[in-house]
Amino acid sequence: MMALGDPQPRAQGLAPLIRLEGAGVRFGARIVLQGVDMAVRAGERVALIGSNGSGKTTLLRLLHGQVPHLGQREVHTDAQGREPSQAMVFQRPFLLRLSVWWNLQLALWLAGVPGAQRSQRARRALERVNLREHAQRPARVLSGGQQQRLALARAWAVRPQVLFLDEPTASLDPGAKRDVEALIEEFAAEGMTVVMSTHNLGQAKRLATRVVYLESGQVVVDRPVSAFFNEPLPEAAEQFLSGERA
Amino acid sequence: MNDLAYRAGQLAGGTILCRSSLCANPMGSFTESLRLAWDMATRWDPALWQVVALSLQVSGTATVIGATLGLMGGAWLAVARFPGHRAVVVVLNTLLALPSVVVGLVVYLMLSRSGPLGSWGILFTPTAMVVAQAVLVVPVVTALTRQLVADAAHGNGEQLRSMGARPFGVACLLLVHERWALLTVLLTAFGRAVSEVGAVMIVGGNIAGVTRVMTTTIALETSKGDLPLALGLGIVLLLVVALINLGIAALQWLQREPEMAAERPVALPASGQAGAP
Repeated sequence: MMALGDPQPRAQGLAPLIRLEGAGVRFGARIVLQGVDMAVRAGERVALIGSNGSGKTTLLRLLHGQVPHLGQREVHTDAQGREPSQAMVFQRPFLLRLSVWWNLQLALWLAGVPGAQRSQRARRALERVNLREHAQRPARVLSGGQQQRLALARAWAVRPQVLFLDEPTASLDPGAKRDVEALIEEFAAEGMTVVMSTHNLGQAKRLATRVVYLESGQVVVDRPVSAFFNEPLPEAAEQFLSGERA
Repeated sequence: MNDLAYRAGQLAGGTILCRSSLCANPMGSFTESLRLAWDMATRWDPALWQVVALSLQVSGTATVIGATLGLMGGAWLAVARFPGHRAVVVVLNTLLALPSVVVGLVVYLMLSRSGPLGSWGILFTPTAMVVAQAVLVVPVVTALTRQLVADAAHGNGEQLRSMGARPFGVACLLLVHERWALLTVLLTAFGRAVSEVGAVMIVGGNIAGVTRVMTTTIALETSKGDLPLALGLGIVLLLVVALINLGIAALQWLQREPEMAAERPVALPASGQAGAP
């Protein structure tokens, strides 16, 4: 596993890829997120942590632009006016009742990858996650770990600038967890910006450069990883951490 | 002329004769109908098989038309949201109970010489029967497809949208995803079409050798009092549909077997020591 630096100072110098200002999300009368101010910069690895129902997944969906919201959500565009490409791996990835190969091909087609490049990219993605020999198998017969790796391959194949991961190792055994973490490490090392939600503090320590702690739909702490784990935290965050460590 | 040939002649010519001796004993009629069904199925009687072929042709074509419109419409309704969406769904579900006689009457009025589509000149032809059955089948396919795709889209549609699929793309992908379940929907639609009698009787006219299908023949034989022949024809109709169902079930099984095999527990061979009480 590669050594983890703290690129926060470098990242802070960059223009944010996605910025939220006073952002909130409501589902009917229920307020799920409110008053969120945060930015995601290129090359960052952000871990969203918090208890169940704190709004981690909704924040990921909001950053990804998948939910209607209140407040501001700004996405940095390049000189040609293009938004950064994004992909999201959900906690329970949805795989179509097709072969592994066709799941990848369809993802590439949906992302607008030209037909001539799709096969090569799909092959490389399968090699990357070590599923090449499973290419012709129905995707839904793969084990949980393999399905998660396929979902990562599907996301990686479209070469997103920002990758959102919703509890990518939840309900995986330790071996599968290690494999998935190693892949996330590799993707981030290639320069991909990663935003992930997790319950696993060890994982946040290992993978993230920045930790955002949420409680009841609000961002309570947003710090570089070393500051988050080594400096005093607000009481609510301390309690969460002590509970998770126990 | 043996009894079967005589009756086949009736199928072709539509002579009205009453066989009241058989009607007097229902159990006897049932036994007789089984024997007749067996005879008709095993002896290749051209008059009978012409009727069977026309039934399959008309209902098959109506199902294909209904499936094309219904699958697309149902999938779109499952993912689209617009003002009045719920009302459309309520109307659609109500149309599941559309009386076939009413459909027949409406199509008859549309296609009759004085009707708006009278210039087509298709009344009392198999084409008119296809139109009537397609009208009956479209709500069935649309409503069932909408429900199936809506269930599949719940929680999964967002993942497809996050990959770049637009709403109609999501609908099409979920149709692909649910294709084996949709075969059952199509079978239901075909069943609705092939078992229908009221509409095809009105717009087809039950003309021997032209628009006579299984169900109208059964209705005719019943009205003539030849219940065994009517029942026998019903059994033949069921057998033909059963053969189609078997074919599709085999196809579904072949496609799903790898998924099912992966989840099926396999008993390990008993070892001499391990697991012994």
